[in-house]
Amino acid sequence: MSAPVAQFDEDARRVAGDTRQRAIVQTAMHKYEVVRDFRKPWFQDWNGARDQASRTKFEAINHLDRYLDQFASKLESRGTKVHWASTGKQAVEIILGILKEKNARTVIKSKAMTSEEIHLNDAMEKSGYTVVESDLGEFIVQLREEPPYHLVFPAMHLTRGQIQQTFEEKIGEKSSDSPEELTMVARRVLRQKYLDADVGITGANFGIAETGMISITENEGNARLTAALPKTMITLMGIEKILPRMEDLGLFLPVLAVMGTGQALTGYNTIYSGPRQAGEADGPDEYNVVLLDNSRTLLLADAEQRDSLHCIRCGACLNVCPIFRNVGGHSYGTVYGGPVGSVITPNLRGLQDWKHLSYASSLCGACTETCPVRIDLHHHLLQNRRNSVQEKPDFFMAQAFRMFAVVANSPGLWSMVTTMSRVGMKVRGWVNATFLDPARAWTKTRDLPPIAGQSFREWWKENR
Amino acid sequence: MKITLFVPCFVDLMFPKAAISAVKIFEKLGHKVVVPEGPACCGQPAFNTGYLEESRAIAEKVLVSLKGAEAVVIVSGSCGAMIKNFYPQLFEGTPLEADARELAPKCFEFSSFLVRKLGVTDLGATFPHKVTFHDGCHGLRELDNKLPPRQLLQKVRGLELIEMDAAETCCGFGGTFSTKFPAISTAMGEVKCESSFKTGAEYVVSCDSSCLMQIDGLARKKGMNLKTLHLAEVLAA
Repeated sequence: MSAPVAQFDEDARRVAGDTRQRAIVQTAMHKYEVVRDFRKPWFQDWNGARDQASRTKFEAINHLDRYLDQFASKLESRGTKVHWASTGKQAVEIILGILKEKNARTVIKSKAMTSEEIHLNDAMEKSGYTVVESDLGEFIVQLREEPPYHLVFPAMHLTRGQIQQTFEEKIGEKSSDSPEELTMVARRVLRQKYLDADVGITGANFGIAETGMISITENEGNARLTAALPKTMITLMGIEKILPRMEDLGLFLPVLAVMGTGQALTGYNTIYSGPRQAGEADGPDEYNVVLLDNSRTLLLADAEQRDSLHCIRCGACLNVCPIFRNVGGHSYGTVYGGPVGSVITPNLRGLQDWKHLSYASSLCGACTETCPVRIDLHHHLLQNRRNSVQEKPDFFMAQAFRMFAVVANSPGLWSMVTTMSRVGMKVRGWVNATFLDPARAWTKTRDLPPIAGQSFREWWKENR
Repeated sequence: MKITLFVPCFVDLMFPKAAISAVKIFEKLGHKVVVPEGPACCGQPAFNTGYLEESRAIAEKVLVSLKGAEAVVIVSGSCGAMIKNFYPQLFEGTPLEADARELAPKCFEFSSFLVRKLGVTDLGATFPHKVTFHDGCHGLRELDNKLPPRQLLQKVRGLELIEMDAAETCCGFGGTFSTKFPAISTAMGEVKCESSFKTGAEYVVSCDSSCLMQIDGLARKKGMNLKTLHLAEVLAA
């Protein structure tokens, strides 16, 4: 068993049985559903909006070469330095290079899943820089030395009491567990960090090819301060975040807000266009955009699953996923959890090492049903399973399915197996749910119905 | 109409009453029911596990046995979706692709067949009980079967339908998933059972015996007072 499988099996089993964590997640997700469903009708035609969003992303992804080129040259025309990183390692090196050149000591960051993907914080800290996450949720999980629990809600698994305790233990700040007081603690601590920081690093929600601008959406104003106060700004953006036109934001900002958090629009929506221009009062002296591939072009080359690059990281598929709701965000052992993570991770990080995530699904399709850009998520899970078998079939599994086919295909054998199972199940009953029970994976927690005294086929033969 | 009934393996072995009820309902409506001596399974377990060749070993025989049928009714949303939606994909690029595509529009899940093909909603059934309905995922999302079962239940005399919060949430069965990831499957099933139980209904009804096996298995183990019945059994009552 490879390390990721063992870790997933163990963590998923532990969390699935943790009814306290289940209650926290189920309650949070239920609240999300209520606000999301309140906002959705604000669209004249929600499914029409999804169609349009899907078409726009299809256009962007299928002409990514052209749009990326346009995006980069527009950015460069206003003095932004654009860096191309094929791998996560390259992106880290580029960013460390900038920090070194600027003689930086402290870095402030706003939320960026891409930075988790390339383990940027770790690399910066190892190189001696002080790194502070400014998004409240990210700040909390950073203090706890945990990865984010969810794409949009990094600290959703924690209670107020746990956050209060974290603040007290990690930064010596005592307060009550009221959300207001806890937020004020973070605010007070973070304000000074913004002023101290030499470099600000942000992620990107969308990159507008037409104008060469970056759209960032947030609820706390922390990304604005991250971008505005330090002299040097770096944006790390996955190449799939491209939108062709500025007007596309008119659709994508509300779609992202409604599906991400159930808001009509996110609190702060800012468009960054480069370093401070002559005559402008604010903005960073230097602006760097790092464009990250890190195997995204592998998905781009896959006509069947290319649409997984449509993802706008709204987290809607996680929110509705019964697997996510029961195993939580950390069990996946990946940066991108939930259905979209289970689709892309095997493709980005190795099919054989990560295929278990594609198998860990009942294929219920709730993710596909909700996805605002219409990624065919649960069918992609099936394709990953198929691909993994084609690449490396399991001999015993294949034999078992072949044997089953022989039995199922022969009425005589089926009838014999029916009779044998009837006896077998009775015998099994003596060891029901014990370690001797071959059906223990089922019977440990569930009763198993007996084989009927008369099967349908037997009834049919006798009565018709 | 001559109706070809496809009875999935686990319905045959463990839930024959669902299929027997379907036969009786169709015959009462004046139709002829035939059950081909074909394979006992649709090939879904192998397909969902990624073993397409092994799945085709069964599915080709199913195609042959259903060839030329006027209408095929499958007593399961899940197996129905397999034959109707996934066979064309499974046989893509093989000589049987045309057969799979020809068969697809003739295939119906049981409740969808009654409402959409036969245009029947009132079967004259009486079932004086409180009932909640569980949407099997394949029926709901692959076959768009939200309404037919409810239209049928509404016409049952004495039946009170109480919708649960999590009607559309997966019960956690998921075929081999239920034994490959038993802890996750069980947690999902517990959520489903709790949601069903909260309605105060005596019965959880569904179009999928497989989902009901999961719900019933958990409810029994936990000693919850929750009974399960296939929709066909309610309609035959």
